[in-house]
Amino acid sequence: MVERGPEIVFAGTDGGAITELADYEAAGGFTALRRARAMTPDELVAELNASGLRGRGGAFFPTGRKWSFVPKPDRIAKPHYLVVNADESEPGTFKDREIMLRVPFRFLEGCLIAALGIESTHVFVYIRGEYEREWEVLVHALEQMKAKDLLGGTTIVLHRGAGAYICGEETALLESLEGKRGQPRTKPPFPAIAGLYAAPTAVNNVESIATVTPILEMGGAEYAKLGVENSTGTRVFSLSGNVAKPGNYELPHGFPLRELIYGIGGGIPAGRTLKAVIPGGSSTAILTPAEVDQAHLDYDSLTGLGTAIGSAAIIVIDDRCCIVQLGVRISQFYEHESCGKCTPCRVGTRWTTQILKKLEAGRGEHADLDLLIDVGEKVNGTCLCPLGDTAMIAIASYVAKFRAEFLAHVEEGGCPFHGASSLEGILAPTDVHAAHGPAELTRPLEVLA
Amino acid sequence: MSSVLYDEIQRLKAQYPDERSAVMPALQLAQAEHGGWLPEEAFREVADALGTTPAYCHSIASFYDMFRLEPVGAFQVEVCTNISCALRGAQAVVDAFVEELGVSVGETTEDGAFTLRAVECLGGCGWATVVAVNNRHRLNVSAGDVSAIARELRHG
Repeated sequence: MVERGPEIVFAGTDGGAITELADYEAAGGFTALRRARAMTPDELVAELNASGLRGRGGAFFPTGRKWSFVPKPDRIAKPHYLVVNADESEPGTFKDREIMLRVPFRFLEGCLIAALGIESTHVFVYIRGEYEREWEVLVHALEQMKAKDLLGGTTIVLHRGAGAYICGEETALLESLEGKRGQPRTKPPFPAIAGLYAAPTAVNNVESIATVTPILEMGGAEYAKLGVENSTGTRVFSLSGNVAKPGNYELPHGFPLRELIYGIGGGIPAGRTLKAVIPGGSSTAILTPAEVDQAHLDYDSLTGLGTAIGSAAIIVIDDRCCIVQLGVRISQFYEHESCGKCTPCRVGTRWTTQILKKLEAGRGEHADLDLLIDVGEKVNGTCLCPLGDTAMIAIASYVAKFRAEFLAHVEEGGCPFHGASSLEGILAPTDVHAAHGPAELTRPLEVLA
Repeated sequence: MSSVLYDEIQRLKAQYPDERSAVMPALQLAQAEHGGWLPEEAFREVADALGTTPAYCHSIASFYDMFRLEPVGAFQVEVCTNISCALRGAQAVVDAFVEELGVSVGETTEDGAFTLRAVECLGGCGWATVVAVNNRHRLNVSAGDVSAIARELRHG
């Protein structure tokens, strides 16, 4: 059994939640904030840099460096903003909601500390609309803090989204928060210079902010002893799919993936065998069982395997799953969530779905495999945000690693699972739209031919 | 329009440096007031309270999945069919609701009690299958639970 290490984000909860202020204070709450208020912004950034904390939303950008990019108030005479990205929507990911439900004060304390770090007195938390109960827990926590005058002149606004995956992308989130359609902006300028209301803005993920609090409690250098080089500290891993004990598990970075699935996760149920693992949310490249055996849950290990730690969402897939059906369903998600601003993504995600559906239906040809890759290459790097890129990278990895199964669909003229796949018949929102609208609005395959 | 809605929207506006930021929370309030969807009247009310146009409000509402532009049932039942739920039997849950409620996905029952939808990831992947009823999440739902859920909702 591999050492699990201490919980940091969920420390002191004993598996439960701390939603009353008195309980949080009794457990030592707000010592980090008091410490931070005695420090200069530069000292706070230095503490974060010493911790090695990197963004937990998916991009893994060093948090202290991000704060240091926000200009000093005397350089840009506008209000500075801290925006917290609580729009958790990456399929497979459900960690931020558990953080907000179980340690709301640790999170809100982190907001106040981060605001000090970028010399801001205005915090906006953009929380996905589907997380209604999480929003209520934060409202209750914030009211208690206001009643005891703990905000120190800083305002925190809890802003609810309304259902759009794209708003997890930081510039789309800022557009949405400004009361517009959530469509990504051109960068530069970067949010640090011209973010919310064109003012200097830091955008941080919920888990990153909730980790700032314990970093100030224990000290950055001490935090950096957890985890591994380049991936310090702990991470809340979301484990889902065909595994006996799905759930959120806070573990040190570097933990072996196999041990998470077979040890902590209890293995693959119902006597099935492992077919594949998506390691960092649905937009990361898939891993084969042989790769899973080598993988450690940190940035360098997963990057070395050609994938990414992403949002630390591990989706376990057993041998009943048809990989082409998996591709269809993933592609449908990105097609549904593409904001429509950039043509390659808007059209490419749609084409990818249609090509994969054609293969699944047994009408595919060998050339369709190349066409899938070709469409992906036309999307990659040609859009304002990575939504389309990541969809294409994920699909391309299925084709590359399960090519024989794709070929079987072509050569057998149909799905080799013969209706027995675990994803057989799964209905996506785009299927419902198609059923209620004009059937064939675009015919990419005919157009291409 | 109700003066309560107007006043609430004024309070929302005060939270933001730019009043336009209040459009989404204002539409959320209006939708709740209008029984879960946004008729033309709601867009006029929100536009009036915000000092913008109904067309602008409509352009926002049509972008986001949780704003409904057509009448909905008293209970909006939404089944997540994204990968983690799909791998654990989400389609069987959808099928059970279709049978139990007698409607196709995307439709509302004739008595106006239920609207059934299939939705993208609700962020409850470790507790598959996730079913949201009026945005309250029910976790670990299996097809065998569907009759009891429908009965509970019908009879309170």
